[in-house]
Amino acid sequence: MVNGIIGKKVGMTQIFAPDGTVTPVTVIKAGPCVVVQLKTVSSDGYEAVQLGLVEEKSPKNVNKPMKGHFAKAGLPPTRILREFRLDNGSIAVSVGDKVLVDQFSEDDVVDVIGTSKGRGFAGFIKRHGFHGGRASHGSMFHRAPGSIGASAYPSRVIKGTRMAGHMGVERKTIKNLKVVKVNTDENLLLVKGAIPGPNGAYVLIKKRNVE
Amino acid sequence: MNKLDDFNSVQLKTNIPEFIPGDTIRVHVRIKESETKERLQAFEGVVIARKGSGVAETITVRKTSFGVGVERIFPLNATIVDHIDVVKRGRVRRAKLYYLRELRGKAARIRERDTRAQDAAKAAAKTKK
Repeated sequence: MVNGIIGKKVGMTQIFAPDGTVTPVTVIKAGPCVVVQLKTVSSDGYEAVQLGLVEEKSPKNVNKPMKGHFAKAGLPPTRILREFRLDNGSIAVSVGDKVLVDQFSEDDVVDVIGTSKGRGFAGFIKRHGFHGGRASHGSMFHRAPGSIGASAYPSRVIKGTRMAGHMGVERKTIKNLKVVKVNTDENLLLVKGAIPGPNGAYVLIKKRNVE
Repeated sequence: MNKLDDFNSVQLKTNIPEFIPGDTIRVHVRIKESETKERLQAFEGVVIARKGSGVAETITVRKTSFGVGVERIFPLNATIVDHIDVVKRGRVRRAKLYYLRELRGKAARIRERDTRAQDAAKAAAKTKK
C-alpha cells in the first residue's frame, strides 16, 4: 500500500475534547488521489508510485506531453502529481487505484511536507533567531548582526555564516504530527499543530514508519 | 474556507446568552472529581474582555475573592463551560476593562445598565413571531 497522500491545507482551528482539553489542529483536505504511474526498478531504477490529486475542478489547460501521460494511464488529468517511494516487496498497486484518507487512523503519527510561507529578504533576527541589541539606554546597536568573523586571519567571511537574506518558500518537513481525526466522507485529515504554507497550499502527508 | 466553517459550526455552542464586557456573569464549569463523578462549579465575576471570534472566542472574567483579584479566561465554546448565567448588566464605555485591575473596592464598581427598553422590544418581537 502507498503510505502517503497529497493534500491541501484548509486552515487551522481548535478541537474541544469531552475531558476539557483544547487541541490546536490543522485541517487538511487529503485526497482523493489516483495512481497515475508506477515506477519500477527495471524501468526507472527505483520503486515508486506517482499520485495525482483529484480536485473538484479539473485543470483547464493541459499541455500535450501531460495529456499523453494521463492518456496512457487512462485517467482525467490532475493539477498536482507527486511521487511516493514504495518499500521493496510491498503490496502491489496498479495504475488507477485510489488512495484515500482511510489509510490513516486516529493517533497515527505522520510527517507533513510543504512549502513554507515566503518572508522575503529577512533580517538575521527573524531568519536565524539572533537577539540583536538593546533598544534604549544609549545603545547604538539595535538589529545589526555584530561580528561576522575575525580580521587578518582568515581575512574572509566563512562560508555558511548566518546572515540576513531570503527566507521562506522552502520545502519543509514537519515530523511527528499526531492525527487527531479522520473524516473519510469529506476526505479531511486533522493533525495536531501547524504545518508549512498558507491556507490552500499543497502538502504531502506521509505515514511515519513505526518500528 | 468553507470546509473549515462547516467543521467549526458543529463545535459552536448554542446556549450562550448575550452579554458584553461590563456584565456580571456566572460561568458554570465542569469539574471532574474522580473517574465517574462530575460536578459544576460556578465562577461569578465581571466580564472584562471578549476576544477572538467563532470557536476561538474567549472571555476574561474577573472577581475579587477575599480581597484578592482573580481572573479566569474561558474559551467560550470549550466543553468545560457547561452554561453561563447573566447576573447583572453593566454600563461601561470601553470594550476591554483592564483598568479595573488597578481599582479596588468602591472605585471598582460598575454602573448598572438599564436594559428594560431593549428587553421589552425583544419580548415584543418574540410575541409577534
